[in-house]
Amino acid sequence: MNVYDLPDQEGYFGPYGGTFVSETLMAAIEELKAQYERYRQDPEFLAELAHELHHYVGRPSPIYYAKRLSEHLGGAKIYLKREDLNHTGAHKVNNTIGQAMLARRMGKPRVIAETGAGQHGVATATVAARYGMECVVYMGAEDVRRQAQNVYRMKLLGAQVVPVESGSKTLKDALNEAMRDWVTHIDDTFYIIGTVAGPHPYPTMVRDFNAVVGRECLTQMPELVGRQPDVILACVGGGSNAMGIFYPYIPQESVRLIGVEAGGDGLSSGRHAASLSAGVPGVLHGNRTYLLQDAHGQIIETHSISAGLDYPGVGPEHAWLKDNGRASYVAVTDEEALQAFHTLCRLEGILPALESSHAVAQAMKMAPALGKDQIILVNLSGRGDKDMATVAERSGLHL
Amino acid sequence: MSRIASTFARLSGSNRKALIPFFTVGDPLLESAVPTMQALVSGGADILELGIPFSDPMADGPTIQRASERALQNGVTLTDVLAVVAEFRQTDDVTPVVLMGYANPIERLGLDVFAAQARTAGVDGVLVVDYPPLEGQLLKAALTRVGIDTILLLSPTTTEQRMREIAQLATGYLYYVSLRGVTGAGHLEVDAVATQVGRIRSYAKVPVGVGFGIRDGATARRLSEIADAVVVGSRLVEEIEASAPTEVTRRAEALMRQFRHAMDGAQ
Repeated sequence: MNVYDLPDQEGYFGPYGGTFVSETLMAAIEELKAQYERYRQDPEFLAELAHELHHYVGRPSPIYYAKRLSEHLGGAKIYLKREDLNHTGAHKVNNTIGQAMLARRMGKPRVIAETGAGQHGVATATVAARYGMECVVYMGAEDVRRQAQNVYRMKLLGAQVVPVESGSKTLKDALNEAMRDWVTHIDDTFYIIGTVAGPHPYPTMVRDFNAVVGRECLTQMPELVGRQPDVILACVGGGSNAMGIFYPYIPQESVRLIGVEAGGDGLSSGRHAASLSAGVPGVLHGNRTYLLQDAHGQIIETHSISAGLDYPGVGPEHAWLKDNGRASYVAVTDEEALQAFHTLCRLEGILPALESSHAVAQAMKMAPALGKDQIILVNLSGRGDKDMATVAERSGLHL
Repeated sequence: MSRIASTFARLSGSNRKALIPFFTVGDPLLESAVPTMQALVSGGADILELGIPFSDPMADGPTIQRASERALQNGVTLTDVLAVVAEFRQTDDVTPVVLMGYANPIERLGLDVFAAQARTAGVDGVLVVDYPPLEGQLLKAALTRVGIDTILLLSPTTTEQRMREIAQLATGYLYYVSLRGVTGAGHLEVDAVATQVGRIRSYAKVPVGVGFGIRDGATARRLSEIADAVVVGSRLVEEIEASAPTEVTRRAEALMRQFRHAMDGAQ
């Protein structure tokens, strides 16, 4: 795979992707596709984006050698790409800035977003405040309860947070509701999707805006250790942080790419959100991809301790990377992720998001079996301050 | 001639327009579906649109979403929907039946399997909301092989170029979404609809129906002066939702009669 130039003209990564939306959305999607094609190679747009990422987000984010964690595990060296140090505390802002800049150029004064853990909602509300745009965030009522701090953060930033009571009251239902808002307010509204899923061009656009993560690593790793890592690990819900770090590494075939899904109570329990590990291909939210569904094609409710991974689908490019073998996908349980959360706190003084803790957990599983000359790079996609209440609750405490 | 084509031919002969009710199979009960279909026909419906329940009905408003949720709670599957059509055909071999739903349950059953079973059951048309023409090509081919029409949507935001392309591909009838938004939403502007339907007609070889936001006989009447068919969905689903299970068929029939009288009065 020397030249990787997917998606094709119709937004397909192999058999996955596409534009599965109602006719009522087609005009908006066509407009977005044309405008994104134009601005993705516009020097003035790219210069402004680079400026924003540097001065507002604080990029480049550092890569940190987790020495005590590595020595504790006694195998491969573990490095962390510190996306948790970005403004707003996660990789999500890389994408929301890009899309908000596009919305401004398209003359859309109102932005909407769906959110699970609230990180994408916060990142959207943040840039909406930064650019003076109206912002409405749809969030499953169940997630509103789980992520009260982020809900308040969004409100402080001037966003309206709409709890979604339909379906399973989580991320997928928030996405349905945001799509309905978009179709109703198509003239003045830009829908900022937070992950590498949805109708074309979203999977490509969100990947491109997050690919700054992988591009930085390509430069930073040789500076730091004189070579590229052997393994890259990233958690996968919809898959935006994973696609961001994987994408620039796809041509570097000696680097193993491993996505870590939410195993919940374990794959055999049926209570998880591991669509690549346990799903089958189907159509949801505008694209064809692996989905957790029943025998009749109904989408099933998912479970993860981490709201940001609690999604029954996954970005279509991950589906393709799984099928063609360039990346592999594994699942870790809630319990393993929690252990990784605590271990990283104690050994490195870093509080990882529960989402990112899944990737850390996989590193902890793999490192002991690898030689000390091996290097694992983990995308530490977000910080865990938002998860303190959840973690405390699991430990029987109430904050 | 297909049931859909002969229905429009017959109506056109008597200078009347088609009344097309929509409801979701399995709402309120699976057993109520066939009696409801029969009641709608008695009340004056010309073509029946049946919703296939789906867990994530993105293009629908809260009313039809709730109907879908009730049907799923009743365990209703696509196979059940096809069985309902087969049962209806035992007493009615004339009224066209169009299935409306989302891609995933159909893909899960398999496109060719679905087309064959739909043919056997007596389905006349299929409308898949999240299959724009490009993504729906394989299903359209499978349906065409067994003589079933693929019903396509047009919307207020559809460009002239696309309108022309979709009109060329259309079979059965074209379904014009009369407002920006989801099913059951907002306020419908009849004059704007008239302009758009006029443009569609200049490209279309098939009849043009109008749906979304048609809540009363007066609106249906004005639209029947413009279009070949009027679709009543959320309004009927609300009526079903508000009815005790034993009252569903009576109230569905009464609602149809109101729309029928309003529309025929326009002629």
